[in-house]
Amino acid sequence: MEPLGWIEIIGRMAWQFLPVWIALAALYAVSIATKRRTGLYGRLFDSPVGMIGFGIVMFWVFTAIFADQIITHNPLSQVSGMKNVLPGTPMKAPGGSYDWYLLGGDNLARDVFSRMVMGARRVLAIAPAATAFAFIMGISLGLPAGYFGGKLDTSLSFLANLVLAFPVILLFYLLVTPEIRETAIPGTMAAILFIFPLLFVTVAINSRWFPKPRQRNVMLAVSLGLGLWAYAGLAFNADPTGIWSMEPNLLNVFVSVVFVNSPGVFRIVRGLVMDLKSRDYVAAGQTRGEGPWYLMIWEILPNARGPLIVDFCLRIGYTTILLGTLGFFGLGVSPESPDWGSTINEGRRLLSIFPHPAIVPAVALMSLVLGLNLLADGLREESLRD
Amino acid sequence: MRYAEWLGVLPGWSGMVDGKLEGRCVMRAPDRANPPRFCGVLQGEWGWSTVFKMTIKDILARSLSATGWLMLAVMAVMVPTSLLLGVLAGMREGSRTDRVLSTAAIATTATPEYVSGVILIAVFASTTVDLSWLVNLFGIEGRRTLFLGTATSAVDKITFWNFTLPVMTIALYGIGYIARMTRASMTEVMTQQYIRTARLKGVGFRQVVLRHALRNALIAPFTVIMLQFPWLLNGVVIVETLFNYKGFGWTLVQAAGNNDIELLLGCSVVAVAVVLVTQLISDVGYVFLNPRIRLS
Repeated sequence: MEPLGWIEIIGRMAWQFLPVWIALAALYAVSIATKRRTGLYGRLFDSPVGMIGFGIVMFWVFTAIFADQIITHNPLSQVSGMKNVLPGTPMKAPGGSYDWYLLGGDNLARDVFSRMVMGARRVLAIAPAATAFAFIMGISLGLPAGYFGGKLDTSLSFLANLVLAFPVILLFYLLVTPEIRETAIPGTMAAILFIFPLLFVTVAINSRWFPKPRQRNVMLAVSLGLGLWAYAGLAFNADPTGIWSMEPNLLNVFVSVVFVNSPGVFRIVRGLVMDLKSRDYVAAGQTRGEGPWYLMIWEILPNARGPLIVDFCLRIGYTTILLGTLGFFGLGVSPESPDWGSTINEGRRLLSIFPHPAIVPAVALMSLVLGLNLLADGLREESLRD
Repeated sequence: MRYAEWLGVLPGWSGMVDGKLEGRCVMRAPDRANPPRFCGVLQGEWGWSTVFKMTIKDILARSLSATGWLMLAVMAVMVPTSLLLGVLAGMREGSRTDRVLSTAAIATTATPEYVSGVILIAVFASTTVDLSWLVNLFGIEGRRTLFLGTATSAVDKITFWNFTLPVMTIALYGIGYIARMTRASMTEVMTQQYIRTARLKGVGFRQVVLRHALRNALIAPFTVIMLQFPWLLNGVVIVETLFNYKGFGWTLVQAAGNNDIELLLGCSVVAVAVVLVTQLISDVGYVFLNPRIRLS
């Protein structure tokens, strides 16, 4: 069989991405048809920048969802004779799952295209989750710091500045080096970090429903039950059913990413709360006799959502970059995993001879971050309009 | 305990081994019979690197000077370019120049160093992308690629060909960010009353930008540039690893990769010191540049 030309490679790749195109088209059709009724999300479709950004982001999200249908080969299987082959090379023995290596093979003779697609799944599974944890931590510390002020604010801000002043890369190395990993530091940090969502939900429910004890008790019991179950599994790896668990390597990466991100969120939330707490609706709540936590979580926080959503988009991009950095230094999730940072790291050794194994994930990562940045820009533009 | 010894707050360990006095401080004391009690960073004793078989002071001095050159080159490229781009974009908000430059700035900030470095190497320093016409154009003999993919030789002798790619890789990321900040501050300044007054007085647009707007617009980017240092340190580590340039970042990676704790701690101390000093400079400089703070 002949090797494929560039036009044919692009055509075949577009065909492989067919489920993604269909999903994207359906999403856009529905969203544009109902854009007058969906608030900020609908207004996103008025700005071309936001639409392009949203398109790129959703492309990768759908790629992650349909990854099993898109891949042409097993991302971990090695085929003899396909080491470092150029894009479009036919298989030595036709009749397998697919007759070409669309974007060539890497230095262990694995299919670059399939690894890139599966990498999207890894990246999109970790980055938003880690960002969400950083947000919950930042919010649950930033709300009281901004609302109460005083000594609490001073000490928390000092801690946040301390973490922010430390070079990120150094922090990673300190957290992920074996000597420190063997100590109890990562485990303790995980235990502290993962308790914040639990605390946050508990306080949120209690502050709103405490006048109706029965309803509150039911809600608290359900959420605490689920939460503690997940907490035991994630932080201590002690879930009896084994549904919630995290490899220690992944846990380390997760903890360090959350730790690095949350001071930034803390500062934003604190600033927003300081601005919003002088508003009339907060004063009205205070005269009504509402507790401080009710005001913070149910009055101030929903009104601060605009800037927070924008920052969330930007921060996912930043987290993706950080994860890539970790992978690039070989501190990533696991050496076999197809996530983009580790693939770039593997590919860079032969970069000047065979650039394609490193270029493909590099371009993928760049486009995802670019999409997130454009999306954040569009959201900011649209939320500032009113 | 060990960290306190290393810092020089606690006395180093010592004891009798085979009838001879041995200990942390004994090994490196010039007079073995009469060692000092404390030997840590505070006493000017940085320790011994197990990877490089050298004292950490020497390693740090060598690698910091190498990184210093890199930083200097990056700053020389990054600061003028980004300020120029930011001022050009912010001069007339919403114009076509502004749109193009802003999009470019977003694109470069969305490209982390390890991505842009990989792409730059693949385009300019790999044999698969044929740039022989360019090489012939510049008339360089004995080489098949335009730039060199590694900067190892730059430690001894910096040339345009081995230093451009690493510098460009770090600078690209920063340019987008600083240009965006400059643009924001420039657009704000351009809407101020005194700019309008100057325009109504009949001063030309050029003169307004150069004499009235520029000085005030550059205050904010100055602090941003200074606060970029922790970030730059991040970029330096990645780029030095990617291009195999034996500077501070490379040393840090080697230390961490080979479990050389004393060297790693030494690197941390230097890094944190650099960051703190730049934060201080940015605070002091801000006061100097902004008369509103200085005079109040």
